[in-house]
Amino acid sequence: MQIPAALNPVDALKGKMPEAVIDVKTFRDETTIIVEPARLPEILHYLRDTRGLVYNYLSDISPVDYYPETRYDGQRFAVSYHIYSLLYNRRLRIKIYLFEDDPTVPTATEVYPAANWLEREAYDMMGIVFSGHPDLRRILMPEDWQGHPQRRDYPLGYETPMFSFNVEEIARHKPFAKE
Amino acid sequence: MSMMTRPTDDATSWEGQVEELRGLVSDRALTGETILLNMGPHHPSTHGVLRVLLELDGEEIVTCLPDVGYLHTGIEKNIESKTYEKGVTLTDRIDYLAPMSNNTAFSMAIEKLAGLEVPERAQVIRVICLELTRLNSHLVWLGTHALDLGAMSVFLYAFREREVILDMFEMLSGQRMMTSYIRPGGLWRDIVPEFLPALENFLSYFPRKVDDYEGLLTNNPIFIDRTQGIGVVEPEDALAWGMSGPCLRGSGVNWDIRKAMPYMGYEQYDFDVPLGEHGDVYDRYMVRMEEMRQSVRIIQQAIKKLEKAPGGFRADNRKFVPPPRAELGRSMEAVIHHFKLWTEGFSLPDEEVYVGIESPRGEIGCYLHGTGGNKPRRVRFKTPSFMHISSLGLVSQGHMIADLVAIIGSVDIVLGDSDR
Amino acid sequence: MGVVGSKLGNLGVVTTTLETAVNWGRTGAMWPLLFGLACCAIEMMSTQASNYDLSRFGMELNRASPRQSDLMIVAGRVTRKMAPVVRQLYDQMASPRYVISMGDCASCGGVYNNYAIVQGVDEIIPVDVYVAGCPPRPEQLIHGIITLHEKVKGERFADWLTEEA
Repeated sequence: MQIPAALNPVDALKGKMPEAVIDVKTFRDETTIIVEPARLPEILHYLRDTRGLVYNYLSDISPVDYYPETRYDGQRFAVSYHIYSLLYNRRLRIKIYLFEDDPTVPTATEVYPAANWLEREAYDMMGIVFSGHPDLRRILMPEDWQGHPQRRDYPLGYETPMFSFNVEEIARHKPFAKE
Repeated sequence: MSMMTRPTDDATSWEGQVEELRGLVSDRALTGETILLNMGPHHPSTHGVLRVLLELDGEEIVTCLPDVGYLHTGIEKNIESKTYEKGVTLTDRIDYLAPMSNNTAFSMAIEKLAGLEVPERAQVIRVICLELTRLNSHLVWLGTHALDLGAMSVFLYAFREREVILDMFEMLSGQRMMTSYIRPGGLWRDIVPEFLPALENFLSYFPRKVDDYEGLLTNNPIFIDRTQGIGVVEPEDALAWGMSGPCLRGSGVNWDIRKAMPYMGYEQYDFDVPLGEHGDVYDRYMVRMEEMRQSVRIIQQAIKKLEKAPGGFRADNRKFVPPPRAELGRSMEAVIHHFKLWTEGFSLPDEEVYVGIESPRGEIGCYLHGTGGNKPRRVRFKTPSFMHISSLGLVSQGHMIADLVAIIGSVDIVLGDSDR
Repeated sequence: MGVVGSKLGNLGVVTTTLETAVNWGRTGAMWPLLFGLACCAIEMMSTQASNYDLSRFGMELNRASPRQSDLMIVAGRVTRKMAPVVRQLYDQMASPRYVISMGDCASCGGVYNNYAIVQGVDEIIPVDVYVAGCPPRPEQLIHGIITLHEKVKGERFADWLTEEA
C-alpha cells in the first residue's frame, strides 16, 4: 500500500482555514496550534480525515488553569488536545484558550468517541463546559461535590498531620467513628 | 454491595430514581421491562473499586454504564504543590502495578522540559526496570484474570514468580512495590552487585514458567469456551475509543510506542510486537503471554548492553541532579547544589510538554506544564485504564454477566490508574 | 498441643474457661472480607498467595459477602466517594467484627493530605489494628493479624455485653 506523503499540519491547516488559527508554537519539537474554540470540531475533523495528516488517535485532553495569570487578553483556561497519527507516528497539540466567565467549547465526541470521558473529566476537575456533549456529568468526584478541584484557586484541602507533640490537640476534634 | 432495583407499587419513588438515567439506559428500563443491577464498587471481580450499572434483559447485558472515581486520589493536584523531584514519589501510586512506568513517564516529561540528557547506562537500566515491571504487571493480570475465570492454581503460580521480581525491585530501591527508583535525570542509585546474578537466574527459568501457565490455560477447553468470541473489539472501534497497549494490539492494530516513537533507546533492541486477529478476550490473553516472552528477550539484550554502556547512572548536570554523596565532603559547590536541590528544587520553564510511553496497560502519557518556578503548573496523566473502562459499555453489550467478568479481566484495568 | 497434652493427662478431660475457648475459636478461623481498595490490596493478595500463605493462620477463605466475614482489612486509600460504601459494608458485617487498617493511607491519609482522601479510616469505622507502611510488606500485615489475634484472645464476655448495649 502506498502511503501518501506526510503534510505539514500547520501549513495544511493555515491553508484550509486561516482565520481559525490564532498562533503556532514549537517547543522541544512539539508543535502547538492555538485555534479558535468555536471551530474546534471542524478542525479536528479536518486533521483526522485529510490525506497526509490522518491524526486518527486522540491521546489526551489536558485542561490547564493559568490562575492567577492569564494568557491572550485575559483568558484563564486552556485545553490541549493531544492527537496522534498512527500512520506517520507523530503527535500534534491543538490548544484553545477560554475566558473565566464562559469556559465553553464545542465537544469533540463526534470526531473522537474517546473524548467522551476525557471531556467529562475536564468538566469535573476544571469546570470546562463542553457544549453538545451527550452525557456531561461528574465522573471522578461524587455527584454532589462543590467546586472543581483541579482549579488553581481550589484549596488542596490540607489537614494538620498528627505527630506525638500534637496528638492530643488533634484527637480532641478528630471525628473518630463509633461502633 | 450488589443491590437490585425493581419497580415497586410506589411508582413515584421508582420513576424518581430512574429519571436520572433517561438517555443513558434504554427506554425499556424506564418502564421496568429490563432490570437495573448495580455491580460494585465492592465486587470481587471488578479488580478494585469499579462500579458498573448494568441494564439486564434476563442475563443479557443491554447497557453497561461504568462509574469510576471511587479511588480518585487527587495525585495531579498534590503534585502541583510539590517540587518536581518530590512528585516522583506520588507517581508510583497512580498505576500501582507498574510504578516504574509512571516514574519514567514523569521523569521523561521533566527531562524534556529541562532539556536534560540521560546517560546511556541509566537508559539501559531503565529498560530493564520497565520490562521487569511489564512482567510484574502481566503476572498479576494473569493470576487475577485466571482466578476470575475459575482457575485458582494459576494465581498461586503467577504470584510465586512475581515475588522474585519484587525481591529484585527491593534490591534496587529498598521497596517492593512503590520503588521511586527512576528519577529525573537518571536513577536513584546504581544497581547493586547482587542484582544482575539474581536477574540472570530469574531469566534462566522464567520462559519455562510462561510455558507452564500456557499449558494450564491456552488449550484448556473451559478457558477457551469462556474467552473465545467474547468481548470482540473491532480495530476501528479500539482506535476511536482510545484503547492502547495489548487491548489495541489484540484487535490487530500494530501500535507499540516502543517501536513507533522509540524512547530510552528501544530502537536498538530486537523484539517482536505480537498482534491478535479477532480482538476477543482470548487474543488479548495471547498477546500478553507473548509480550512476556518478548520482555525476557529485551532484558537479555539489555544485560549484554549494560557492560558496554557509557556514562553513570544519572546525568552529570548539577542544576538538576544531586551530586554524589562522596563529593559533599570535598567540594563546597557540591554542598550548595545539594542544599539547593533538596530545599528549593530546580526550576523549569513556563512551557508545556507531553510524553507518552508504553506501560504494561497501554499508553501512559504525562502532560507537564511548568511555571518558570520550582513547582509545576499542571501535571496530567493520560492513563490507559481510564480509556479502557470508558469503552467497557461498548465491548460488553449483548454479553452475559459472567462474560463481563472475563472482559473486565482481559482489558486489565487498575483503578488507581484510572482514577489517579 | 504441648499444653493440652500435659493438661489432658490420662483423664481425657480438659478444663478451661469458656472465654478462652470461644476466643481461641474466633482466632482460628477468622474470615476476612474480600475487599481491596488500592495498592495495599495487591500486597494483601501477595500475603494470601503462595509465598506468604495466609492460610497458615486460618484465613485462606476470603468471603466476598460482608455478611459472612469477621474481619475487614481496609487495604488502601479511602476516598470521600468511597467512604459511605466502606461504612455500609462495615454495617452489614455481623458482630463480632474487627477492622485492620492496612497501610498509611487508610490509617492516617498517608502522603495524600488533600481534598479527596479521608484522613484516616478511623473517621468512618472503628479500627482495631493499624498497620504502617506504604504499602506494608506481607510480613507486616501478618504481624498485624497476629496482633489482632492477641487482642481477640484477651476479650471478656463482660465487655461484649456493654458493647452490645
